[in-house]
Amino acid sequence: MCMLSTKATCNSHGQDSSYFLGWQEYEKNPFHEVSNTNGIIQMGLAENQLCFDILKSWLAKNPDAAGFQRNGESIFGELALFQDYHGIPEFKKALAEFMSEIRGNKVSFDPSHLVLTAGATSANETLMFCLAEPGEAFLLPTPYYPGFDRDLKWRTGVEIVPIHCTSSNGFQVTETAVTEAYQEAQKRNLRVKGVLVTNPSNPLGTTMTRNELNMLVNFVEDKGIHLVSDEIYSGTAFSTPSFVSVMEILKERECVDDNGCSELWNRVHVVYSLSKDLGLPGFRVGAIYSNDDRVVSAATKMSSFGLISSQTQYLLAAMLSDKKLTKNYISENHKRLRQRQKKLVSGLQKAGISCLKGNAGLFCWVDMRHLLRSNTFEAEMELWKKIVYEVRLNISPGSSCHCTEPGWFRVCFANMSEDTLDLALQRLKAFITEYYNIPEVNGHHQTIRLNHSRRRSLTKWVFRLSFDDRSPIPGR
Amino acid sequence: MASNSLLSKIATNDGHGENLAYFDGWKAYDRNPFHPTQNPEGVIQMGLAENQLSFDVIQEWIMKNPKASICTPEGLAEFKNVANFQDYHGFPDFRKAIANFMSKARGGRVKFDPDRVVMAGGATGANETVMFCLANPGDAFLVPSPYYPAFYRDLGWRTGVKIVPVDCDSSNNFQVTRAALEAAYEKARNNNINIKGLIITNPSNPLGTTLDRATLTSLVKFINDKNIHLVCDEIYAGTVFSSPKFTCVTEVMKEVKNCNRDLIHIVYSLSKDMGVPGLRVGIVYSYNDTVVKCARKMSSFGLVSSQTQHMLAAMLLDDEFVTNFLETSSKRLARRHWIFTTGLEKVGINCLKGNAGLFCWMDLRKLLKDKTFEAEMVLWRMIINDVKLNVSPGSSFRCVEPGWFRVCFANMDEHTVEVALKRIRAFVGVEFEGNKKRNNAEVFVNSPRKNRWGKDGLRLSFGSATRRYEEVMSPRMMSPHSPMPHSPLLRAS
Repeated sequence: MCMLSTKATCNSHGQDSSYFLGWQEYEKNPFHEVSNTNGIIQMGLAENQLCFDILKSWLAKNPDAAGFQRNGESIFGELALFQDYHGIPEFKKALAEFMSEIRGNKVSFDPSHLVLTAGATSANETLMFCLAEPGEAFLLPTPYYPGFDRDLKWRTGVEIVPIHCTSSNGFQVTETAVTEAYQEAQKRNLRVKGVLVTNPSNPLGTTMTRNELNMLVNFVEDKGIHLVSDEIYSGTAFSTPSFVSVMEILKERECVDDNGCSELWNRVHVVYSLSKDLGLPGFRVGAIYSNDDRVVSAATKMSSFGLISSQTQYLLAAMLSDKKLTKNYISENHKRLRQRQKKLVSGLQKAGISCLKGNAGLFCWVDMRHLLRSNTFEAEMELWKKIVYEVRLNISPGSSCHCTEPGWFRVCFANMSEDTLDLALQRLKAFITEYYNIPEVNGHHQTIRLNHSRRRSLTKWVFRLSFDDRSPIPGR
Repeated sequence: MASNSLLSKIATNDGHGENLAYFDGWKAYDRNPFHPTQNPEGVIQMGLAENQLSFDVIQEWIMKNPKASICTPEGLAEFKNVANFQDYHGFPDFRKAIANFMSKARGGRVKFDPDRVVMAGGATGANETVMFCLANPGDAFLVPSPYYPAFYRDLGWRTGVKIVPVDCDSSNNFQVTRAALEAAYEKARNNNINIKGLIITNPSNPLGTTLDRATLTSLVKFINDKNIHLVCDEIYAGTVFSSPKFTCVTEVMKEVKNCNRDLIHIVYSLSKDMGVPGLRVGIVYSYNDTVVKCARKMSSFGLVSSQTQHMLAAMLLDDEFVTNFLETSSKRLARRHWIFTTGLEKVGINCLKGNAGLFCWMDLRKLLKDKTFEAEMVLWRMIINDVKLNVSPGSSFRCVEPGWFRVCFANMDEHTVEVALKRIRAFVGVEFEGNKKRNNAEVFVNSPRKNRWGKDGLRLSFGSATRRYEEVMSPRMMSPHSPMPHSPLLRAS
């Protein structure tokens, strides 16, 4: 008799994918600016480390928020006891206003429709539990965040059917692709309950266009299904075109109350988190926003399984209520992300590598197709291993994001110092120069031959596929 | 019209358990919460198992240890590292601290391995996670009754796991017996229900008692014989305030010959022992390596905030603090328990002899009109609406004997305990002066409602209190575990 559940013994947590294996290699030999300058530089982690100084300086000036005090008096007891799954009202209000501010105040969020969860990880899973039965499906544009395989499918039993996007149009979602995905689901006898998009996109680093959003809204309206928009990167949209939230699209359609499309209004849900915009993944702050009272009600009850620590809610309520801070933070964050991305893009260009033109996120979607030995995922893996072991950069191969085209890689730029980024770019350039653009020696370009002679050392890159349980540190 | 079928069954069924009568008491409390000065005639909350007796000890430590907070000048340097840290292994020091605290709460009789400490979103999250690891939808777990009402939600709502109760009664002080387990197990099997394990709460909620070693040993032997899992929810382990000492399942596991450790799992939390439910610290501790790995991956859905981990790591690695806290808490709980139970005894109300937990299991069987749950409900509504105490009726814990009530005593100050006892005394109105053949409570219960207050002997100091308390909080129903309508955290913004 099997002693454990199927969930405990299957692989749908997705942690055996190459994405996470890169982590393991990094952890064996992590780069350090002082003590291990030859180590592997982590570029597979979508963290935002650029603006901690702003938060720290605010904290230094606001001691009350920190030490469980309100007006100098201790409220530890109240915080320690507070486990109301509706959350601390001040926090929800501040969070709703922050979400609105990120969207240029073009839409507003009602705190009573906000459900607090332990990170977007929990928010996404909870929404699946609320919207779909085991065996039903959600359509997701590829490439997508590898963690979705765990968050959306593992314990819920929900299936993901990919909407294939390609470089032919900058990986934008087309009506044809969505329709094909829907039909594919039907062929597999899967009832489609909705579409889930990440906007701004991970791993593309782009915001969705108005056309795409309208097309998707039309599609879910027509099919009578849900649309979940994971807007976890909404505060990282650092250059034009500006970020358009699905809520804005709905507002433009005047989908409120009794107007004809109020049904649709109830089927669009937003997921948010402070992990990327504020760089606080450790605090586990996620949220579901839904216009459907029943979803809010059910999700709120489910949030019991992953509430946000009251001391964290309290701290963030104080921070986010300070409008001076939020305004300054949002604009500084954009500025620094923009500069950082520019540095990465131009550094890659110098190495003859281009990226998808991005305007958001903490990463670039890098085109290394021209470096592949062949247009296959095997070749992609080979290249990836070279980059991890020889160049010593941990980047994420497109296949781990379910990309249908080999040769694309996600490279993060906001989780390291500028010097480290410079070093990473130098290494990459050196690698490219050596392998693909060898200077003339004795009048001959030596290219392919060098690859063959290197092959012997490739064998040491064979992975031990250990199902070691390293934390993947999702690094969305 | 949006059909319900667009939402999942889970989202629209009653699996969350919040429509149970259990929550009616909450609603009454919500509408009219007691406050010593602002609303002295409001409903006193005695349905909430919280430990509010020892905050001062924790507060004092926090004041003296500013470095434990990432927001103080002393601790700010760690802000970035902490805020950035989302590794589901948790901070090593945090795990070490938890293992240390768990050990001390068990008198040092057991040592815990930090590498087996796995985080969860409170014990709520921990129990659900363990079910996801051990059972498939449709499988079942044996649960001795009376049991914590929210198990219905925590064990089964999203997991699809069924609860098979193992009924216990007062004939042997509600102890679970091997015979009862065997009977429940066989019955389930005959009905084609696949039993994957047994889950016990030790110390028990709602009984307020610890399992004796012999009983615990028989449970461990039982699950080994049947090759099923044993989940021990030891959330109240640190609230044991008098003998017998607490026996942790680990102690027994080591003694039982050929015990299969892969079947033994502990659920823990700081919510009761330390009185910090708001911090959401749940722990899964399993002796099964695969379960540890799986639960750890699942902990992504309910990690402990790194800010909280950081603070608690420092606090719970401070041995002096831990020893002092556990001793102080235990003393105060013992005293509170004594005040309450002796107060009840003076009016002829007995409780099950308890040595742990934050509540008493009160025996009001003799106040029932008849031995039915309907009579229990009648009595309960009277206690809520007229005596104005929110207590929890035994039926909400699936107790099979009518007339038992769980009454919490650690979530209020001493003055409020006195008020509660006064009200109970007035309600029962027993005067041990010899001449009365019937106590006034019987008169109370059996008389038609409008004549009730006219009888001799009943001093009635509370009328039908109708003064509406102007609440500063928003009028929506708080969650079942929310305690504090007066909390400044709920001040309308």
